[in-house]
Amino acid sequence: MKNIQLPMHPPLLGRKAWTAFLLTLIFVGVLAPVLNLLVPAGSPFHLSDFAVSLIGKIMCFAICALAMDLIWGYTGILSLGHGLFFALGGYVMGMYLMRQIGQDGNYKSDLPDFMVFLDWKELPWHWTLSDSFVATLLLVVLVPGVIAFVFGYFAFRSRIKGVYFSIITQAMTYAAMLLFFRNETGFGGNNGFTDFKRILDLPIATSGMRMTLFVLTGLTLLAFFLFSRWLVGSKYGRVLMAIRDAETRVMFSGYSPLPYKLSIWVISAVMCGIAGALYVPQVGIINPGEMSAANSIEIAVWAAVGGRGTLIGPIVGAFLVNGAKSWLTVTAPEFWLYFLGALFIVVTLYLPNGVIGLWAKLRYKKDGAA
Amino acid sequence: MTPDLLQSGAERVAQSVQQRVLATESGGRSAGYGRLVQDRSEVDVTHGRILYLEDVSVSFDGFRAINKLSLDIALGELRCIIGPNGAGKTTMMDIITGKTRPDEGTVFFGSTIDLLRYNEPEIAQLGIGRKFQKPTVFEHLSVFENLELALKTPKGVKASMFFKLDSLQSDRLAEVLHTIHLADSVRVQAGNLSHGQKQWLEIGMLLMQDPKLLLLDEPVAGMTDHETERTAELFLTLKGKHSLMVVEHDMGFIRTISDIVTVLCDGSVLAQGTLDQVQADERVIEVYLGR
Repeated sequence: MKNIQLPMHPPLLGRKAWTAFLLTLIFVGVLAPVLNLLVPAGSPFHLSDFAVSLIGKIMCFAICALAMDLIWGYTGILSLGHGLFFALGGYVMGMYLMRQIGQDGNYKSDLPDFMVFLDWKELPWHWTLSDSFVATLLLVVLVPGVIAFVFGYFAFRSRIKGVYFSIITQAMTYAAMLLFFRNETGFGGNNGFTDFKRILDLPIATSGMRMTLFVLTGLTLLAFFLFSRWLVGSKYGRVLMAIRDAETRVMFSGYSPLPYKLSIWVISAVMCGIAGALYVPQVGIINPGEMSAANSIEIAVWAAVGGRGTLIGPIVGAFLVNGAKSWLTVTAPEFWLYFLGALFIVVTLYLPNGVIGLWAKLRYKKDGAA
Repeated sequence: MTPDLLQSGAERVAQSVQQRVLATESGGRSAGYGRLVQDRSEVDVTHGRILYLEDVSVSFDGFRAINKLSLDIALGELRCIIGPNGAGKTTMMDIITGKTRPDEGTVFFGSTIDLLRYNEPEIAQLGIGRKFQKPTVFEHLSVFENLELALKTPKGVKASMFFKLDSLQSDRLAEVLHTIHLADSVRVQAGNLSHGQKQWLEIGMLLMQDPKLLLLDEPVAGMTDHETERTAELFLTLKGKHSLMVVEHDMGFIRTISDIVTVLCDGSVLAQGTLDQVQADERVIEVYLGR
């Protein structure tokens, strides 16, 4: 009777997936820098600066979509406030970049321009650590992490679920936006931070620095992908899915859902914060608009379009939607919002598992016919 | 043997017991004052009772769902609970498993564990398993993964991240798979199982927890006659090793498995005895037939 073969859990990645992963790694780490920096601009193989900054930006969004998938696709908790964590990471990095300007601002002062404009004489207390790059890196993780922890602890302990949780997260990011809009909070008001000059005392607007940030973002995305893959492949990941499917059964199986929800919520928020910190030096600006309700909803749209509950889906979704966005806003800017709305309807009605779900279905059909 | 040999032997035994008692944390000087350290896997059943409810009441918006309910379950007993709709059967299970807090009364697991001080996951870890009225399994996970999750292991976040099934646990899993007749469907997604198979999977998940007390809410609802028969067999083999409390409406099933049947009505015990006894009881006939 003991001779049943118990199934094994699948490996971290299959052979094909490892190949794809390595190819992406080579593209990000070797091919893209060579094509951009070494191949002359006239050559058909040249990767333009525009493409580098666009892909770099989208890779930041892909990290957000991945983070959203962990909390929404796997744990079944829809957050409409992930834009806040993204913006917080961005603001922490922005503060450091503002301090790096030094005395090269318009007013030639030690303080950032907006503080001079407000007639402030010294740096507010919460800017104390912004001169140190190491502290900035720590705060990029800690600020979104701690805020997510405190918010999540109270929300999950009170067993707030479903649409109520989503609405509260939406309110949270909206409230933060109003706070950051005010001049006296010391975050540059509605203009936010811009006109960055240097990072680590090196000029920021060079093609070398752009490429460095691009490679860093790509490596971070790939690392987060592997990490997420490991997470959802472990028993921890299966408990998350179990919480999504039948939370009471999870409790009566002896698991307390609170630490599980809280940990994945904080992990997800920190991932978004890091994405924000990589995003700001690449686009050169951060303002409270990043905390607007629409931005958070867009993150959810990327995940839904690509396919929830698969890790590759949200990354594909982020590239598809943002690729379409950058193309449409150039060729037919008035249609972009219609397109986004239509996309959301089509995905909700016909592609509940997103593009990846459609692809898997087609492949299954083909295999079935063969 | 001579009486004096017996005498000295008894003295030796008494002495060693005394030594063991004295070798406590206080170093044998005096009795420790600290709280009794309770091992969660140990339930004190010296009084022969695994579950003990006394004068439990709970009301929802003025409606008394449970009214001065007193009930106890012996170690290894299989107790059937019947009663008309709204008698408080499910609410009683909610109270035992920590889902609902009673307004008054005491609920003890063994002689020492006050269940009202624990929440749902803790009560599950203490050794009380519960099957819901509607089969609840993790639909998107396979049968294997469902059972693996239910396995009695540390249930913290870190423990889950680095969990690996060892061979002892694999054997246990295989054994339960056979018990619930799902050995051929190990890889099947739980959502694709038939209703009866889901019921069994849920029972299997309870068995993986290795509970001392099983609460089963309508375990054979929606099962075919054949499945019901096999479930009855399963429960009879569980009896003795575990204590079971079964809520059911299927009288044929109850007749097969029951020793003692408790009839609940309006939140308290109406009658108790063998099935024949309670079926002959005037008051029971009255509530069931509504005269």
